[in-house]
Amino acid sequence: MPKILRPLDVYKHLPGINCGKCGESSCMVFASKLIERKATPQQCTPLYEEPKYREKLQKLLETIRPPVKEVWIGIEPNILKIGGKEVLYRHELTWRNQTAIIIDIHDEMPPQEIKKRVEFVDNFKFIRIGKELTLDGIAIRCVSENPEKYAKTIAEIMEITNKPIILCSLDPSILEEALIIANKRKPLIYTATKQNWKEVGELASKYKCPTAITAEDPSTLKSLSATLNKNYNIDNIVLDPQIRIGNIAETLSTITAIRRAAIEKEEGELGYPIMTAPAAIWSIEEGDENDKKMLESVVASNLISRFVDLIILHTIDTWTLIPIIVWRDCIYTDPRFPPGVKPGLYEIGKPNEYSPVLSTGNFALTYYLVRDDIEKAGINAYLVIVDTEATSLQSSVAGRKYTSDKVIEAIKETKVGDKVKTKALIIPGYAARLAGEIEDALMGDGWTIFVGPRDSGEMGAFYEKVFKPWLEEKLIAK
Amino acid sequence: MSRDEEEGRKTVFDLLKTISESKELELEDVVIDAEELTLELSTTPTGKPEYLRLTLEPLTPGAQKLEFLLEATPYGVRLAAPTIPPAVPVEKPKEFIELKFEYPIVEYPGKIAEVVIGATKELGGSRGKTIKIGGDTSPPFYLFESKPVNRPVAALDVFDTPPPLAGPVKKAYQDVLQDPAEWAKKCINTYNADLVSLHLVSTDPLGENKPVREALKTVENVLQAVDVPVIIGGSGNPQKDTELFIYASEVFAGERLVMASITLDMDIPKVVESIGKHGHNAIALAFMDINQAKELSRKILDAGLPKNHLILDPTTGALGYGIEYTYSVMERIRLSALMGEETLQVPLSCAATNAWAAREAWMKIEEWGPRELRGPLYEATTALVGLLTGANLFMMMHPLAMKIVKAFAEAMIEKEKREVKPYINWIRTKF
Repeated sequence: MPKILRPLDVYKHLPGINCGKCGESSCMVFASKLIERKATPQQCTPLYEEPKYREKLQKLLETIRPPVKEVWIGIEPNILKIGGKEVLYRHELTWRNQTAIIIDIHDEMPPQEIKKRVEFVDNFKFIRIGKELTLDGIAIRCVSENPEKYAKTIAEIMEITNKPIILCSLDPSILEEALIIANKRKPLIYTATKQNWKEVGELASKYKCPTAITAEDPSTLKSLSATLNKNYNIDNIVLDPQIRIGNIAETLSTITAIRRAAIEKEEGELGYPIMTAPAAIWSIEEGDENDKKMLESVVASNLISRFVDLIILHTIDTWTLIPIIVWRDCIYTDPRFPPGVKPGLYEIGKPNEYSPVLSTGNFALTYYLVRDDIEKAGINAYLVIVDTEATSLQSSVAGRKYTSDKVIEAIKETKVGDKVKTKALIIPGYAARLAGEIEDALMGDGWTIFVGPRDSGEMGAFYEKVFKPWLEEKLIAK
Repeated sequence: MSRDEEEGRKTVFDLLKTISESKELELEDVVIDAEELTLELSTTPTGKPEYLRLTLEPLTPGAQKLEFLLEATPYGVRLAAPTIPPAVPVEKPKEFIELKFEYPIVEYPGKIAEVVIGATKELGGSRGKTIKIGGDTSPPFYLFESKPVNRPVAALDVFDTPPPLAGPVKKAYQDVLQDPAEWAKKCINTYNADLVSLHLVSTDPLGENKPVREALKTVENVLQAVDVPVIIGGSGNPQKDTELFIYASEVFAGERLVMASITLDMDIPKVVESIGKHGHNAIALAFMDINQAKELSRKILDAGLPKNHLILDPTTGALGYGIEYTYSVMERIRLSALMGEETLQVPLSCAATNAWAAREAWMKIEEWGPRELRGPLYEATTALVGLLTGANLFMMMHPLAMKIVKAFAEAMIEKEKREVKPYINWIRTKF
């Protein structure tokens, strides 16, 4: 069962003196904040300072530790937090900490290529509903097998970016050279294996950096986790269960089993974030470049669907990244609230009595997209939002949530007809088939119905080519 | 640390503890064996005591130095634990701990019904083959519990009146857009779809409003052109679709078509009677709501359609336009079905075609990259979200997107694993 904490579960491990040192009015409020992770236990100074609370502190830390530990890579203000998951299924509770998307670089890439990739990661932005979707860090692979060359590459990358980094090599002596340069940045060490765990364990403990472990099968992965934890007291672990390109279904199944064991069986050895590298496709698959790019992209999206907390990608083409980052943004939203805006009348820009009246549904994304597009096109308009129960416009036309009756009712209820002389209503292209019925009902009141473009991004052109000539003609006629 | 030292440490510790708890203290008969005793009192700039440090230099050279600290905290004086000098590291042998991973298997009381689409001559139809979907006994990609008995299948869409299509889609069908039979042939022979979904949008009363009888001629032509099972889609008008499905059921009795779709606002008993009587299947279309899906399914089953003739479509939002609702609703439906909810124990359908409503799929924007690749990838990603939550039947548009989805579906039931190079090589491969 998912471990869902109630404030009382946490409260009983707090001093209960309501001293206010944490900044909250009471220990109970602080308990709720701890659960929502809007506060950290360190804020409760009495717990840390007074010996009598030592036991409570330990219990508290145990209680609030999620079944999948939250691991931090990097340093302030660029800390990348991964894991910290409490549930298996998204509908149980909003998933925490979006899957980190890391781009790979290796030390035999030409310097200008390295620079280009680092800058790409630093500057990548995809804007969706006013939100900036970005990339999270860089994995630096040692291909040269030359410690000096590798260390030099790392130093150069650290010069140009503050993004968190992952050091990738199986050779502990190479990793140590890299750590001497990079340990201050608290990089993720990638990776310990059944062969090198002793040396990598020493490094992780000496440099106090999080470390990844990898194995072909979950039993070895579990053993490695226990081995590092028991021998070196390492608790910042990231699990890489590996990708089997030859049978991707197997990969997804194994990852699912590992996560279920961590959450439902509370297997501590597997209670760590999961990472893996779709970039590996480039060392395994032969053939057409675009096919590989597509494969890498869909594998990445599938891994995001199935609990993976960090992925390493090779391809930096925007068209392969868009579906991945959009899906990541969607799946990490709060599942409880349909993202809708209030139905009714909205104004865009400064509409006057000759402005067009547009209509669409109340799905938030539809609303913001339409509003943004109309503003960008420099059109002043009234916007009548119909209640489509926050489903997207296309779905609501098919699902009869955006109907002629609802549009007619919204036009009458908002009394938008009193604000405009020209009474021009533009309905979305997707609702073209409703135009006749709407016209029949509203014509008597002097309305003219236009079928607009399917995408509001084309509203500017529609306005120039269709609406404006119509309006001019109408004004001249008067 | 010797026993004496340990005891000495304890005595001093106890002593200091007593000091910290009292305001005044008098010591009698105390012998301190130390080379040197230092008491260091530190105060804050305002003169408040901060800490008191007691250091004992040992008599024997080389023995450990002891240090104790009394700290002033806002709650009074506190005795910090004796600082322990760095222990000489005792090298414990490091051992690899062998553990075994037990797959966390759950027993599910429920099972998804198997639906057969299409009928061969022996079974009263005219199809060259039939398609079976569903039969799942665990969630998708829980291969450690069970492998799906039937591979999820993909249909390509055919329209009797071409709707506005996105550039990349149009390109794939431009030579057949005016002829649904040729269009269907291309889907099967050139693009290798499992079946076709024929959408009779010309019947829309708010559009061309063609009579149902006329539209059925197109169905006949398509059935002649291809020998795979066929899905019949209506216009979305509840009255006209009722009429369409009733006539199509009669005219093509025994073909085991799929009628897409029955919605809550239709005359369910009437439409189900005809579909059931002539042995067809139906898709129940609900709108991203598990309770609505249950209600609709219950009504259809109560009207007499056997469970193994029903498919559920909880509505697929495009990636970025509500798909996360589809994801969670589908996941909940499948889990609830496996846990025993009868009305939901039917295969799921996913209309990935809806992906093309997203501008990210089709819009010509230079910095977003080529839409000939971006579009199909966007549709494939939308469909795969459905595949991972349990969809058994896909309605799709772009042949390349469909190919990707079929490859993933095949991987679910694959018996032989392909030999591949070890994953871990990726670290030092130059690419």
